Amino acid sequence: MSKQRTLHFKIYRYDPDKDAAPYMQDISLELDGTERKLLDALTKLKAKDDSVSYRRSCREGVCGSDAMNINGKNGLACLTDLDALGDTVTLRPLPGLPVIRDLIVDMTQFFKQYHSIKPYVVNNTPAPERERLQSPEDREELNGLYECILCACCSTSCPSFWWNPDKFVGPAGLLAAYRFIADTRDETTNDRLDNLEDPYRLFRCHTIMNCVDVCPKSLNPTKAIGKIKEMMLARSV
Amino acid sequence: MNIAKRNFDAVIVGAGGAGMRAAVQLAEAGLKTAVLSKVFPTRSHTVAAQGGVSASLGNSEPDNWHWHMYDTVKGSDWLGDQDAIEFMCKKAVEVVVELEHYGMPFDRLDNGKIYQRPFGGHLSHFGEGKPVRRACAAADRTGHAMLHALYQRNVRANTQFFVEWMALDLLRGVDGRVLGVIAMEMETGEITVFQAKATLFASGGSGRIYYSSTNAFINTGDGLGMAARAGIPLEDMEFWQFHPTGVAGAGVLITEGVRGEGGILRNSSGEAFMERYAPNAKDLASRDVVSRAMVTEINEGRGCGPNKDHVLLDITHLDPKVILSRLPGIREISIQFAGVDPIKAPIPVVPTCHYQMGGVPTNYHGEVVVGGQRVEGFYAAGEVACASVHGANRLGTNSLLDLLVFGKSSGESMIEFIKSEPSALPEVPQSEIDRSLARVNRLDTQTGGANVDEARLAMQRTMQAHAGVFRFKDLLSEGVTKILDIEKQVAQTEIKDKSKVWNTARIEALELENLIEVAKATMISANARTESRGAHVRDDALDTPETPNGRDDVNWLKHTLWYRDGNRLDYKPVNLKPLTVETVALKKRTY
Repeated sequence: MSKQRTLHFKIYRYDPDKDAAPYMQDISLELDGTERKLLDALTKLKAKDDSVSYRRSCREGVCGSDAMNINGKNGLACLTDLDALGDTVTLRPLPGLPVIRDLIVDMTQFFKQYHSIKPYVVNNTPAPERERLQSPEDREELNGLYECILCACCSTSCPSFWWNPDKFVGPAGLLAAYRFIADTRDETTNDRLDNLEDPYRLFRCHTIMNCVDVCPKSLNPTKAIGKIKEMMLARSV
Repeated sequence: MNIAKRNFDAVIVGAGGAGMRAAVQLAEAGLKTAVLSKVFPTRSHTVAAQGGVSASLGNSEPDNWHWHMYDTVKGSDWLGDQDAIEFMCKKAVEVVVELEHYGMPFDRLDNGKIYQRPFGGHLSHFGEGKPVRRACAAADRTGHAMLHALYQRNVRANTQFFVEWMALDLLRGVDGRVLGVIAMEMETGEITVFQAKATLFASGGSGRIYYSSTNAFINTGDGLGMAARAGIPLEDMEFWQFHPTGVAGAGVLITEGVRGEGGILRNSSGEAFMERYAPNAKDLASRDVVSRAMVTEINEGRGCGPNKDHVLLDITHLDPKVILSRLPGIREISIQFAGVDPIKAPIPVVPTCHYQMGGVPTNYHGEVVVGGQRVEGFYAAGEVACASVHGANRLGTNSLLDLLVFGKSSGESMIEFIKSEPSALPEVPQSEIDRSLARVNRLDTQTGGANVDEARLAMQRTMQAHAGVFRFKDLLSEGVTKILDIEKQVAQTEIKDKSKVWNTARIEALELENLIEVAKATMISANARTESRGAHVRDDALDTPETPNGRDDVNWLKHTLWYRDGNRLDYKPVNLKPLTVETVALKKRTY
């Protein structure tokens, strides 16, 4: 638990309905020591000023709603310990996506890239009466991939995605791409590789690894991207 | 005011498990379907389900749907409708296998089949045998894996989603037929009428009526509020499940699967106290039973911590490999929200509001039924609905099953209904639209009203104090007075933010108008039911030979129906007749 203290927020504010341009607002908030996470403090702040706008839902790090840029680094407000933050907290919307209002960004481009990798198992063999079998070892291959919550912390921390959000699939989309390549039940690995064989879609990843650094679920998109690149190489020789 | 109108074959409100399962059905049938959701579909609260989805696959040991059905009826304390329960338990294998075919990453056994684990109240041999492994799991992230698999299937089916749209009200014709919904796009504040031949509510629960809840911020009973305002009664709203293991102080859920994997609840002296309350099932007794045992331990001074206000969930005796492979999410949650690594130390837990057993009355086809008649064009599935399969207490993992079975069955019913309907839809009466616009417009002009946050907090604290795990005659009747008083504040809430763009203050005010309907329904229904059954246990219902555990089958083996108009209560009989098998006969409930 935190102690009683004053938290100084610097928050990116922009309401297109009334603001000509975005600005940073300084707001102070008294914490009584019962707040554990940044989201707790934001909830309290919103009770004081109902115009502060952000997305949130599960408040336990599984829905992926409350991703934002916290003191310069992307993360989820609900998983960020207040104790780990200083007395001044700078909050900005996720970088690289159009801002709709305050901390709320337009995620259309992000989801478009996710959809572009055909995020579903394709298996054209007639389905058996019961479950398709998969060994525990084969299932293990999906660990570290299927847990993605689509919060966009990774893709919006990636310089390659900032430059080419329309052409580069981005770390979240590529992690998902490998999740379906790695699934023994999927029969379309070749099509999936074809779909990524392009100077931008996959190969704009320059292993900067910001994605790994910010992922609130401790996933490793760079590793998944590396595996796709290896498979690409293996089939070309 | 002229507002946009759009026409569809079907409109689905909510993109959680039930809504997306129904959407798969409708989209794959080629019908023009709109799915409205306040959040991007994979952020719906199904995502937070952890432990598993039940199906008597029998992958680890013998099991069958008859045993599953028996456990569900017993779990419901005989308030569940046995036709719906038979339907659900029988369909379980089919819908779980379908989900696997959609790509759900279930954990696997060595032979490649779906991994199953034990869960509370899942027993063999009609409740007489040992715990049975019936919960199909993807680690402790089953809901997340399921919701994503369903979303992915909908991407494949080209389902049309309206993301970050909030449904405001249900629209009915002069003859009572449901004609669609009126909804607001959150980004722009624009309001649109979605007219459809068939409307499905799959809008989830309303656990945010309580102060301490495992539920997400979005679980505000929007479907229940809309239904109540449109004259539809709410069924069995006095029955709320308090999950035994919410993280003390934080409310975040710790799955029952932890006990399924061998976790033990301990009091301040380290005693595994469930042995005293449920000698056979112990820590895997039904949730209402475990929650009451925990509160009793705390009330009698055997709680843990400086304030003796919680008990401990101990898995330190498990092989760390099991924790890391089967319960990785729980470990993460406990480190994050309790500051405890469960490999090394037990997790502080306390019963926490989790699930609403009641809801919009439906049959097992997902059709909304009032007064024995279908409400034409109206369907409900998932937590918002009351089929009723959970009765007075839901078994763990039956919620995810409910989503799949009734999401699918309502989708099928809607397809049949839509195909039988002529193509022209009746006009939506302007009065219906105006009724909804008036609520939104009030928020633009209200001055000197109550603060949304304060009114909500007053409601949540009242629900917590007056309608908790144990209920008391005097507190319930006081609770009714208090909630009706808070309702007056809710009717006059004032927001400072008047922006059209992504106005979350306005959304929260509208959500509170839905929550208060649920709070009223709960308090009034609970105050009236003078027996103890399942999750509803009161001090003045005594355990006698005629009323075992305070359950009064002579007077109270019936469903409550609360009508918003005048807070009127009505009742309807429980369906004790299954579809094809014999009735599960009434019996005193022990574990």
